[in-house]
Amino acid sequence: MLEKKDIERIADLASIKLSDSEAEKFAGQLDGILQYVDKIKEVDTEDLKPTLYPVSLENIFREDEVRPSLDREKVLTNAPEEKDGQFRVPRIMGE
Amino acid sequence: MELCDLTIHELREKLENKEVTAADVLDSFLRRIEAVEEKVKAYVTITADEARERISSDLQGSLAGIPLALKDNISTEGIRTTCSSKMLENYIPPYNATVVEKLNEEGAVILGKTNLDEFAMGGTTGFSAFHETRNPWNLEHVPGGSSGGSAAAVAAGEAAAALGTDTGGSIRQPAAFCGLVGLKPTYGTVSRYGLLAYANSLDQIGPITRDVEDAALLLNVITGHDPKDSTSVQMEQADYTAFLKEDLAGMRIALPKEYYELDYNPEVKESVLAAVKKMEAEGAVVEEVSIPSIEHSVAVYYILATGEASSNLACYDGVRFGYRSKTAGNVAEMFRNTRSEAFGEEVKRRILFGTYILSAEAYEDYYVKAQKVRTLLIKEIEDVFKNYDLIVTPTTPETAFKAGAITDPLESYKMDAFTVPVNLAGIPAITIPCGFSSANLPIGIQIMGPRFGEGKLIQAAYSLEKILQLGNKRPELEVR
Repeated sequence: MLEKKDIERIADLASIKLSDSEAEKFAGQLDGILQYVDKIKEVDTEDLKPTLYPVSLENIFREDEVRPSLDREKVLTNAPEEKDGQFRVPRIMGE
Repeated sequence: MELCDLTIHELREKLENKEVTAADVLDSFLRRIEAVEEKVKAYVTITADEARERISSDLQGSLAGIPLALKDNISTEGIRTTCSSKMLENYIPPYNATVVEKLNEEGAVILGKTNLDEFAMGGTTGFSAFHETRNPWNLEHVPGGSSGGSAAAVAAGEAAAALGTDTGGSIRQPAAFCGLVGLKPTYGTVSRYGLLAYANSLDQIGPITRDVEDAALLLNVITGHDPKDSTSVQMEQADYTAFLKEDLAGMRIALPKEYYELDYNPEVKESVLAAVKKMEAEGAVVEEVSIPSIEHSVAVYYILATGEASSNLACYDGVRFGYRSKTAGNVAEMFRNTRSEAFGEEVKRRILFGTYILSAEAYEDYYVKAQKVRTLLIKEIEDVFKNYDLIVTPTTPETAFKAGAITDPLESYKMDAFTVPVNLAGIPAITIPCGFSSANLPIGIQIMGPRFGEGKLIQAAYSLEKILQLGNKRPELEVR
């Protein structure tokens, strides 16, 4: 059962701020979806391993060589704010 | 028909025979865009100037001078790539996706970036932050989604073909709704480098085209191992056009009874079964099979896709690129305000659900459980392919519906029932048109194959296409 207070807690985890009415609406919808997906609990999955990718993946090793990377200036053109060739953000520490 | 109504291979022939120039071809498409785009709204960004510039050089390759469109979640260097989200409205990638490099190497001309449901989450293209795209067969109806802009552009003659992406049906459903061919390749055959991820264990790039031959041509170009994508598979480069032959003799086709027993649009079911009958008449062997856990596909898909999405979309925080809220006193507030202001409703819904699914209280019961049911589904599907070459189903349970007709999220998720198992199993599938409803809306038939079974898929689809002869039908858009 997902209630409004659960949605508010989840939204906080996801760094999303919801209005009261949004939280209310999402609670109803997501609870309905949760009830729908609940039926997979009936499936017998004894002895089955979880699938993470539909292809089998192996570790890929390569030589640690210097190779071209993205141009710093070009990358920073997308930055909302930059200073001295770095990304600038608002204050991190409290008052 | 004008040049912009032709297939890639027809255009290629005319260009090779010097009947027309690349400029004639480009002009035809740009004129069509000028005439219909206002109604169809397939594009987010039209790159007409770049396209004109490009054909001024001597283009070489299998797609030389062919105008194509790209879904706007595929990175294009120097051309904004928005995912139809306010979050990336002004984002200009500093590099090309591998598929874009490959198209460029073969001489393709990019006409623009097409509209999608924000971050590829949706089935109508109505969740774009910018505008709705409409279906060229009936402008009151949706083109499907999330690659709805790509499909609408091709159907309307605004591109010869397009690339879309498919996480749970996002190539096949809009292709079916718009009367086109759409192919979701085997997971790992097309590089995802430069594709903005929605659900990384399910996403795959593929072609939306006017016929099967074009799908094979594009597949030849975009497949291949890429060291930049760790899930890309080492494989020999195949020539998929070698499978363009009319031969169904002895081909073994499985019909999952779980799907044919369901209650959905009878016109769709009848049209698909009629096409299957015609394949049988040409020598295919058709039998009913059971895939018991296929009924859980939609549930498994939404658990896994939203879980992956909540993690993949964590990078949109206003720090390095994209939108940043201007109303934040500290960095935590900036993350929160940025994401609240710039993500749309469906994206928030899926991030929230996925965050819950990955939370300590739900992780084992839902996420790991769904991964195990995925294992079971893969096993059941692999078992079918031990005895059969192909699995045939409708692509969608309905034809394109009216814009705004489905508002309940769960109802819209259930519409993906026939397409999501393909992504969960990582297998390839193609949709081709198999008929039209009484309201003159296209109906799609879906053919699935085993992993790396694109060849047989293409052969079966090509054969069926020749039998049905629907290829030349185009929507009657009022052209100014």
